[in-house]
Amino acid sequence: MLPTEQLKIVIVGHVDHGKSTFVGRLFHDTGSLPEGKLEQLQRIAERRGVPFEWANLMDALQSERDQNITIDTAQIWFHTPKRQYVIIDAPGHKEFLKNMVTGAANAEAALLLIDAHEGVQENSRRHGYLLNLLGIRQIAVLVNKMDLADYSQARFDAVETEYRAWLKTIGVEPKVFIPIAAKHGDNIASPSPNTPWWTGPTVVQTLDEFRVAEPPKDQPLRFPIQDVYRFDERRILGGRVESGRIRVGDRLVFSPGNKTSTVKTIERWNAPSHDEALAGESIGITLTEQVFVERGAVSARETEPPYELSRFQARVFWLGKQPFRKGRRYRLKLATQEADCEIESIEKVIDASTLAAVQRANGEIYVARHEVAELTLRTRKPVAFDAISEIVPTGRFVIVDGFDVAGGGIIPAADYPRRTVGGDQKSENIFWSHGKVTHDHRARRNGHPGCVIWLTGLSGAGKSTIATELERELFNLGKHAYVLDGDNVRHGLNSDLGFSPRDRKENIRRVGEVAKLFADAGVICITAFISPYQENRDLVREMLPPGRFIEVFVNAPLAVCEQRDVKGLYARSRANEVKEFTGVSAPYEPPLAPEVELRTDQLRVAECVTRILDHLHLHDLDTEVMI
Amino acid sequence: MDYLSKLENQSIYIFREAFNKFEHLAMLWSIGKDSTVLLWLARKAFFGHVPFPLVHVDTTYKIPSMIEYRDRLCREWNLQLVVGRNEAALREGRTFPNGRATRVECCGLLKKDALKTVLDQHGFNGVIVGVRRDEEPTRAKERYFSPRDKNMEWNVEDQPPELWDQFKTDFDKGAHIRIHPLLHWTELNVWEYIERENIPVIPLYFANERGERYRSLGCFPCTSPISSQARTVREIIEELRHTRTPERAGRAQDKESEDAFEKLRRDGYM
Repeated sequence: MLPTEQLKIVIVGHVDHGKSTFVGRLFHDTGSLPEGKLEQLQRIAERRGVPFEWANLMDALQSERDQNITIDTAQIWFHTPKRQYVIIDAPGHKEFLKNMVTGAANAEAALLLIDAHEGVQENSRRHGYLLNLLGIRQIAVLVNKMDLADYSQARFDAVETEYRAWLKTIGVEPKVFIPIAAKHGDNIASPSPNTPWWTGPTVVQTLDEFRVAEPPKDQPLRFPIQDVYRFDERRILGGRVESGRIRVGDRLVFSPGNKTSTVKTIERWNAPSHDEALAGESIGITLTEQVFVERGAVSARETEPPYELSRFQARVFWLGKQPFRKGRRYRLKLATQEADCEIESIEKVIDASTLAAVQRANGEIYVARHEVAELTLRTRKPVAFDAISEIVPTGRFVIVDGFDVAGGGIIPAADYPRRTVGGDQKSENIFWSHGKVTHDHRARRNGHPGCVIWLTGLSGAGKSTIATELERELFNLGKHAYVLDGDNVRHGLNSDLGFSPRDRKENIRRVGEVAKLFADAGVICITAFISPYQENRDLVREMLPPGRFIEVFVNAPLAVCEQRDVKGLYARSRANEVKEFTGVSAPYEPPLAPEVELRTDQLRVAECVTRILDHLHLHDLDTEVMI
Repeated sequence: MDYLSKLENQSIYIFREAFNKFEHLAMLWSIGKDSTVLLWLARKAFFGHVPFPLVHVDTTYKIPSMIEYRDRLCREWNLQLVVGRNEAALREGRTFPNGRATRVECCGLLKKDALKTVLDQHGFNGVIVGVRRDEEPTRAKERYFSPRDKNMEWNVEDQPPELWDQFKTDFDKGAHIRIHPLLHWTELNVWEYIERENIPVIPLYFANERGERYRSLGCFPCTSPISSQARTVREIIEELRHTRTPERAGRAQDKESEDAFEKLRRDGYM
């Protein structure tokens, strides 16, 4: 005998359109009620002096019985002769949209209820929109309470026409519309004599025709690393194959970071040994060459890598109590990756029940609770992802605000560059074309990986002094180091640039690109630039692999710098001879989260250098080289 | 992929998320079929290892063969066991069998309070529990990762959204998260899996000569066997395919009042 097949369905719709009543009745009509349950509830109703409601079958919790609305997603099981069903009863009240989303996101098919008498309502439309966004493609619409509309075919047709038109605008094609009266069981498990004009299927027939979702085993491989285990002296990368298949001998690329290795074994416990694992399987793998890979890395076949970018467009629905807005930092979780992120721009905020663009009185732009938006996100480090239309599990994400998941989003297809195509993309799109000598090879030869030590601070804070001293120390330690000095670069590479914010940004961008090349060549590249804007420093950070950009805040009070005034620039700027001088007539934005901060008014140069060396030792030179 | 494998893979995924995200993780083990399947799934997830301690809340009223079975598996599977007891309540005799507490109060003292003490003592902030949605209605509303505040209370009206296998793993100091890797399994699935994997379960589940077996295990004063002729796992599966009696019908504490169990769970019961 085969194990019992299950299909997960969610029941959605506007509040009071009869979802819970429908579920109760469906249970009864398919003979799925536990013995004595109906009688028990009838007795309780009698004792309380209220009429028995089918809805009470689901509403087991006290608070719900009192309010008569479903607050949370509840799940129960019932069966037809064909298979078992898990019913997810989702609340219809707008207040509880996060519960509806929770329920619907876990379903394989949806039944959407509409009150024949009231017709299409706000949440009928909102739920339709969200089902689509959540990726539910198998949908049937039940036009309920036909008894209150005299079982009128005309009324049924009117509701169907109106709702079908709306669904079409959002790209949803329901399988069928069925006229029902949940309270009386019409067309639920058997055809109703009250609707002789209806020749279509019953609800149960429709359910039995839905298909159980299968994981996408024929798409490109995506195997996100969930954790790295060191049991029994072996290094096992644990994870679930989200799409495609993985085989022993497969050459894998891990994104972001572009490390490569080959699958040595596929690990399972107490299961037949197999050299292949398909989408949906939670397994472990070992590699032939050890590379440093952590949770979050997405492994794929070298020929079919995911996108790897720090900027992308998304369609987001928001459930948080606080609005989703620009200028605030959030955390993005996509497969097993996590990255700090913020909104770069909001293209459009949409009311999902009307599709109208939301206009705010004061012209402010943010995404409020229960709204949907099209926007561009920027992550602090590159993220590996796919378009939702290509690979679903890596094409969607959630946003965490503080302690809570506050929203979800999908990434529509767009013209993003692939890592493997050409080399002419914009610098913010991080990817790399590889030679035969890899970063790891160089790191092994040199005894350290390349990186960028970015000194930032006011003129006169001590950047160049520290940079040259650090370079000397590293050289004496046998490391490959080189200082990119601001003044030197302005003599040649950037001699065409001035000091406007725009030129400063371009100056930093070019220096960042050069520093990145030095780092890729295996050199510890030390830069000494005022680099006053956080945004510009972040730009360089994003050019480099995680952990390879070390931001050092060379911090001395303005008064101290001005007093030192090694180059006489403060005096000249005070005399208005130098325009846009940082700290005097142009702003300096102190780093928000530098890897190292040096108070040069309190520390000697040697102490500053030691602190940077300490940081390198702890965070890069030892742990990163694990070959 | 067959249905049991789907359930298994999802549970393994949840175990691994929990192990990655919680530094102080423990798993409740009630010796019953569910928590034994849970234990088996943990070994699946971690390649034969159970990399966190098991907590057994001992009321001292468990059916004696349960304790023997527990100690045997601990030896054979090399498990770390932490036993929690409400010594004060036991010393003072504030228990239902002593006639000095109702059934529900007794559960509250010997299970819920004992659990809170053992969590506090060891500083566990993630606790894996083998509850299933199909067991009874309040459990149907659970999340896979379900927060409890510092008083162990469950705010069922305001639960975090849970979608696309992204779980709640960030929380306030003092709170803890209950992790439910078996939430989506049914009683039938559990037995089908026991059969497929050949998992050793305690013999109390099989019918004895008197034609009785336990369908759900607990403390002997509040748990009664059902009449059944099912003597093998296969026969239990057959029986469950046709029964319309609820699983916890033999658990007396659920029935003290209409919402007794619901209140107990809000206060932190498993």
